[in-house]
Amino acid sequence: MNAETKLSTLIAVYLALIILLVLTALATALPPGPWSTPLALLIAVAKMAIIFAYFMRLRWEGGLVRLFASAGFFWLAIAGVLTLADYLTRHEL
Amino acid sequence: MSRAPSLPSHFSTVEQRSVANHLGLWTFLATEILFFGGLFVCYTVYRIAYPAAFVAGSHHLNFWIGTINTGVLLTSSLFMALADRAVKRDRRTALRWCLLATWLLGAVFLGLKFYEYGEKYHEHLIPGPNFQLNGPWKPQIELFIFLYFTMTGLHAVHMIGGLTALAWLLWQNHRGRLSPEHPAPVEMVGLYWHFVDCVWVFLYPLLYLIIR
Repeated sequence: MNAETKLSTLIAVYLALIILLVLTALATALPPGPWSTPLALLIAVAKMAIIFAYFMRLRWEGGLVRLFASAGFFWLAIAGVLTLADYLTRHEL
Repeated sequence: MSRAPSLPSHFSTVEQRSVANHLGLWTFLATEILFFGGLFVCYTVYRIAYPAAFVAGSHHLNFWIGTINTGVLLTSSLFMALADRAVKRDRRTALRWCLLATWLLGAVFLGLKFYEYGEKYHEHLIPGPNFQLNGPWKPQIELFIFLYFTMTGLHAVHMIGGLTALAWLLWQNHRGRLSPEHPAPVEMVGLYWHFVDCVWVFLYPLLYLIIR
């Protein structure tokens, strides 16, 4: 659990994050479409997953800490789903 | 299982204390996810309601500053991770430089952010009585820019908190209070700093990248 992160791992993680940043910035030059925002969000989720796993060391944490780390997202999903269930089913927004 | 002499009596092992520290900070971060989450849900509702206005509003943001600032924050996170590594290897000088680099990059981020806020002021794009804009969707674009200020403003407040914590860490390191036996302050500030970085990772595409 307290395994040290290798220097080469940290550098590789950083380079991956910068490549994802360049990709998401370049993607704005593509013609816009219904996939534009999902693609940008997918890249953002990938960046967050990398930061959580390596910089925040969830990869080396036990199940309990990982469960606590997911709890916030679970409650946020409830907030999002119930709010949209209301707004998206109204006739006039 | 090791038992250090400095270990408080309510912990059995150093490992147990470490897990308790991490668990406590992740619990705090869960509340932070919900704190920012309310704004993200608000953004989603209004973006679905006024998609064209949000695209038009995004044109008023500075794409290049947003992109550079994302790179600045990701780099600061690398130095924070290096600081965590340095404290666990008992490299006090390396720790000092890593913390200093993280602090400076955070300050660069805030400097660019406030320059951007200044731009909006000169363009009369601060929501309120002096908000000026020609063309359609004016109230909805004002709403988008209001969300921009609220979300990036709350993020900036968190950055100021992070810079304060980093300055405290530098002071603690200067006094020799950080060591491989006591790395928790660096770990805790690090988790917080990386989390604030993650919030920006989502603000960046949702605010700046819907430009076309």
